[in-house]
Amino acid sequence: MPTPPPESAAPGNSRVPGMVLKAFFPTCCASADSGLLVGRWVPEQTSAVVLAVVHFPFIPIQVKELLARVQQASQVGVAVLGTWCHRRQDAEESLGHFLEGLGAIFSHEPWLQLCRERGSKFWSCKATRRQAPTCPGAPGEDQVMLVFYDQRKVLLSQLHPPVALPDHQAGDAVAGAGGLAAVFDTVARSEELFRSDRFDEGPVRLSHWQSEGVEASILAELAKRASGPICLLLGGLLSLVSAASACRVFQLWPLSFIWSKLSTCEQLRHRLEQLTFVFSTQKAENPTQLMRKANVLVSVFLDVALGLALLSWLHGKDRIGHLAEALVPVADHVAEELQHLLQWLMGAPAGLKMNRALDQVLGRFFLYHLHLWISYIHLMSPFIERILWHVGLSACLGLTVSLSILSDIIALLTFHIYCFYVYGARLYCLKICGLSSLWRLFRGKKWNVLRQRVDSCSYDLDQLFIGTLLFTILLFLLPTTALYYLVFTLLRLLVVAVQGLIHVLVDLINSLPLYSLGLRLCRPYRLAAGVKFRVLEHEADRPLRLLMQLWLPPHPLLGLPVPQAFLWGAHLPLEAERGQAGLTDPGHRPARHRHTATVSPPPCRGR
Amino acid sequence: MEDEQSFSDICGGRLALQRRYYSPSCREFCISCPRLSLRSLTAVTCTVWLAAYGLFTLCENSIILSAAIFITLLGLLGYLHFVKIDQETLLIIDSLGIQMTSSYASGKESTTFIEMGKVKDVIINEGIYMKVIYYLCILLKDPVEPHGISQVVPVFQSAKPRLDCLIEVYRSCQEVLAHQEATSASP
Repeated sequence: MPTPPPESAAPGNSRVPGMVLKAFFPTCCASADSGLLVGRWVPEQTSAVVLAVVHFPFIPIQVKELLARVQQASQVGVAVLGTWCHRRQDAEESLGHFLEGLGAIFSHEPWLQLCRERGSKFWSCKATRRQAPTCPGAPGEDQVMLVFYDQRKVLLSQLHPPVALPDHQAGDAVAGAGGLAAVFDTVARSEELFRSDRFDEGPVRLSHWQSEGVEASILAELAKRASGPICLLLGGLLSLVSAASACRVFQLWPLSFIWSKLSTCEQLRHRLEQLTFVFSTQKAENPTQLMRKANVLVSVFLDVALGLALLSWLHGKDRIGHLAEALVPVADHVAEELQHLLQWLMGAPAGLKMNRALDQVLGRFFLYHLHLWISYIHLMSPFIERILWHVGLSACLGLTVSLSILSDIIALLTFHIYCFYVYGARLYCLKICGLSSLWRLFRGKKWNVLRQRVDSCSYDLDQLFIGTLLFTILLFLLPTTALYYLVFTLLRLLVVAVQGLIHVLVDLINSLPLYSLGLRLCRPYRLAAGVKFRVLEHEADRPLRLLMQLWLPPHPLLGLPVPQAFLWGAHLPLEAERGQAGLTDPGHRPARHRHTATVSPPPCRGR
Repeated sequence: MEDEQSFSDICGGRLALQRRYYSPSCREFCISCPRLSLRSLTAVTCTVWLAAYGLFTLCENSIILSAAIFITLLGLLGYLHFVKIDQETLLIIDSLGIQMTSSYASGKESTTFIEMGKVKDVIINEGIYMKVIYYLCILLKDPVEPHGISQVVPVFQSAKPRLDCLIEVYRSCQEVLAHQEATSASP
């Protein structure tokens, strides 16, 4: 096994392995002129985070004043860490001596000296400790490891921990967040230092990521100024609307029952909640909440845009008239098909022999029901166009509202199928209850209600006789009822499937995190959840150079947020570590569509 | 300083282990898996196309042939981009952390970085998988309980090297971790 290269040891020194000092250096300063290194020293990590370079000429007093100001404003212990020497011409020895003399004016422990030769990729770094080491073996000079980082991306990616509470000291908050988070925290909180650029007339000339010009956008500033009053106004309007909808009139029984059944009301309520959340006057506490608000806003905009497109399409070229004209014939056609189905059931469906009398009774009952329904539709036909026109106007509230209204219209138009299903299910349920109870009687047992179990029981002869008779009758009538139940359940399932599809689409529009997806495409560093390192070209006896880059979580191939209707309240987390928000909370809207899609027969207790 | 040695994985394929010592506190281990073999690629393609031709003679629909070509191409691209891992790298930097990179045949790289503060130890563990295999894994500290382990992160999962290769990597990692312990202990 090859041995690692021997460490360079100062002669005459028996040393323990030297501590490695990490220097985080911004990539924007790598080509800056010589000067002083300004930043923060984190003793727990033995790392020096360089934030900016102060160029010549400067007056030491003014530099110290600037640092004190920054320290006061940002609670970050900014200090002069060392010197930076960029040798553009050969033989600048005087500069070297001058820089060494600066160590006497700004004392810092340890004192960092970074030097870059012209035309060379490799740097030379020295870190000296002036104080006498407490333990005899510790060296006076440390090894330095350079880690380059992109200041702009680190600042904008918000990898730092959330803002510390005002009653915590600056040191407390950082000690809690270990490791690299301390580095990000330092960079993020030193905004004061990055405010001045090279066009400012200040006494001190700095080099950092904003030294070519402070980044700002007029639109962003305007939006920030305008957001306050707009939020107030809209928040007030929304609270009025929610107060109006919560008034006592709507809590009365028939209305509240109808509201709970219609999916349109559900969708409107959901939108109202979302908009109240977005336009609340509270500022977002952390980037997660901000992302959530942005996602909701973008999805509302998209919804309204799609709704307006649908509106313009519907109201052009008299499409509503065509729709209304087509509706009644379609309903008639459906009713005719149902009639054929019932005639088929009344005959010998699929070769099965049904009980003639029961068949005729059930068939005629359902046919009469159907006839009533058709008359009702024909009664409504003159008003349908007006109704459709007004309903079409609702598309300006959003495409989701229109889809919910469509789903409700389907539910209303197929109400007769729902009724048939309920009749069939009740009849079947009654039959099964009766059969199970009489089956127990047949075997000489009885259901004990007190103890909730089956007990043996001795019946009289006439009880047994009548019970067996009834049992036989019910058993032979079972196929007929079962067939009707099966057919109508399948029809109902079909309608529920169509409605479910519409609800899936509505949920997709509601919960797709478009803002996060857009960020992923345009500004991926905003969604960074960690860092990764790359070792740059290395030469023996030179300090190790690493490049720290932002790391995005792996692209989720199948991880798109599946709408709630599919997952019954569960939700798939997209990012493992940093909970990128854009998805609604798991507990936020549980089981939204349960009540509109009841398929199971009403429960009946066996006796 | 670079060094290359060849080992074999648990199925008998050849692996190449490249070691780079950048400094006493930073080392990199790179295991390269065997490349996609032309033989297996040809075999799969021939099977798919023979099946498609068989279906074509049954159905007389030429869409089947185009679909077979499409499927083969998409399948190959998907396999190269999502499944076939060419190289697995372990970079251990004393006082920063441990980074694992997998590079796929299409050039995609997926990286995981674990900070040194979370790393408890690097060990070789045994697993029973139709036979006994050994794998290198990183133990993470439990934030709540100081002596507990919160997670076990296996390394070199698709290369699956044998014990001799793992021992080399393990020794180097332990040297770096010991170095880190010594330097963090001294003031």
